[in-house]
Amino acid sequence: MSVPLIMFLAFVALTLLITFWAAKKNTGASAYFAAGRSITGWQNGLAVAGDYMSAASFLGISGMICFSGYDGFMYSVGFLVAYITVLLVVAEPLRNAGKYTMADLLAYRLKPRPVRALASLSTLTVSTFYMIAQMVGAGVIIKRLIGLDFAPAVIGVGLLMLVYVVFGGMLATTWVQIIKALLLMAGAMLLSYLVLKFHHYSFTAFFEAVSKADYAGTAEPKNLLEPGLKYGVAVAGPWGPLDLVSLGLGLVLGTAGLPHILVRFYTVPDAKTARSSVVWAMAIIGLFYIMTTFFGFGAATILKKALITTVDGKPDTNMVAPILAQVLGGELFFAFISAVAFATILAVVAGLTMSASASFAHDFYSNVLHHGKENRPGQEVKVARITAFCVGAVSIGIAIYLGPSVNAAFLVGLAFAVAASANLPVIVLSVFWKRFNTTGAVCGLSVGLVSSIVLILLSPNGMFGKAGALFPLENPGIVSIPLGFLAAWLGTLLTARDLEAEAKFAELRVRAHTGLGSEKATAH
Amino acid sequence: MRREAAAAVSKVNAGRPVNLPLPNRGRVPNLAPLMTEKSNVNWAEIEAKPAFRSLLGRKAKFIVTATIFFLAYYLALPILVGYWPDLMKKQVWGKVNIAYVFALSQFFMAWIVAFIYVRVAAKWDKEAAAIIHGH
Repeated sequence: MSVPLIMFLAFVALTLLITFWAAKKNTGASAYFAAGRSITGWQNGLAVAGDYMSAASFLGISGMICFSGYDGFMYSVGFLVAYITVLLVVAEPLRNAGKYTMADLLAYRLKPRPVRALASLSTLTVSTFYMIAQMVGAGVIIKRLIGLDFAPAVIGVGLLMLVYVVFGGMLATTWVQIIKALLLMAGAMLLSYLVLKFHHYSFTAFFEAVSKADYAGTAEPKNLLEPGLKYGVAVAGPWGPLDLVSLGLGLVLGTAGLPHILVRFYTVPDAKTARSSVVWAMAIIGLFYIMTTFFGFGAATILKKALITTVDGKPDTNMVAPILAQVLGGELFFAFISAVAFATILAVVAGLTMSASASFAHDFYSNVLHHGKENRPGQEVKVARITAFCVGAVSIGIAIYLGPSVNAAFLVGLAFAVAASANLPVIVLSVFWKRFNTTGAVCGLSVGLVSSIVLILLSPNGMFGKAGALFPLENPGIVSIPLGFLAAWLGTLLTARDLEAEAKFAELRVRAHTGLGSEKATAH
Repeated sequence: MRREAAAAVSKVNAGRPVNLPLPNRGRVPNLAPLMTEKSNVNWAEIEAKPAFRSLLGRKAKFIVTATIFFLAYYLALPILVGYWPDLMKKQVWGKVNIAYVFALSQFFMAWIVAFIYVRVAAKWDKEAAAIIHGH
């Protein structure tokens, strides 16, 4: 075993131990409920940040910026600004309506079975896309540390993670995300500090170097601060700029439809805390994404091309941050950063698996197939476990098919587009539009989901490759998001008014805007 | 843990509040009842109150205005960068160009909008509390 590998394992073990200890402290029956009530704004904010900053944010974005410069930085911006959508539009109504899954919110006003079935399908789809990115990230790290091929690395680490998540519910606590978020922030700060140190603590020198980044003299210098290296007309053709706009739209609207982020707002006692947790999350996440400037752009001024290129000559887009840590801080720092990235992925996989499987087991299995009637005890947990393994297996399969050089941030960007197209329209309309009915929700969910998936399959990264692409954009958002809204709107208007749903709207409105009902329940 | 989760989940159904094995929390305390719970609150009456209607009107106005503003400010970035790259490449501070400054300003825009919203929402909280307590 190599020295970095041993250190990596030590760090991972330490992280898990801290996590285990923190989780144990908070699971005693009375401490448990006290903890439930005492999840404060900043704690939940850190947890939201922990859920959010995945392999895509750390491994994906740093690689994207290192190779595509400014255009990669667009992910950092979009990932943060998206939280205003969450803050202004969804967090508080969702919290006040006092629900557990997105489907619960929809099923309250609308006919439960079709709505739950589709909402659960779209939750599974979004989670799978998100998970693929995490699997790719985990795979490249293990590949580097152990020297395995990519495929066995993904299968091994993927299965291990799933076993851990599915059988060790402990991991899935708020505290895991909090600790992980703190570790990741520490790692990112140290990395940024080392980059600045390399440039003699001078911002001027840093930006000077970025403006003629030459990968330590191993490539033609180019100005990474200038936009257009990925989406410019010269590189991407006439559709490039529109693709960038489409990406931006998907990112800014996607977060408000991500199932594993939305459930976070049910852990806090009231809307006020939900609000303050979004603000805390925005502070932490924003700081993190500003730092991607240093370890993203900075990497292109410090690392030799050969270090960040795979054996077959492709850019190693997900390993830039760990390799930068190795070059600047030695083996120990490399092991630390790898362990942090690994813990990050583990925690996000936990969140995704749980929200996907809970949604399928609760919404689809119990409520759709069994009409919400009493079933054999424990059956739902069993279904949830099987679902978790299926989602995991599918993600592992697709991750291997895509290979190690597909960028994690790009993959997550697609998950955002799907979430924004399928989930956001129905959430918004259900909370804000009285006339909204079941047909509208069914149309919105299915059209949003199908159009975004089909457009991804027909895109230059899809089934027919760059040459045969029937849809010119990599990111489907600019077409599929309006389609999702349009379908939900038309589906509603073209069918009869649902008087029952409209009658319940008054209650939903009062609950969503005053917290009445949910407030009483927090009294103990 | 497994047994506890199983016990919690077996209580599902019948429209009662349940402890599902939800994401990231292991189990979840029942902080809020499901809306299917019977309640004796007269929702329609509260909803019809002029004070409530007025609060909602102002809330909607703020949220719509803020949403239009931040979406416009945000989408201006990819549009300008994509279609007017030469303008955005102009350097304003050393090698730092308009494109980077504008991107960085998005972070501050987001933080400022959030700050303003939290300030305004605190006032709404008080009004909402007054409405449901019948003042």
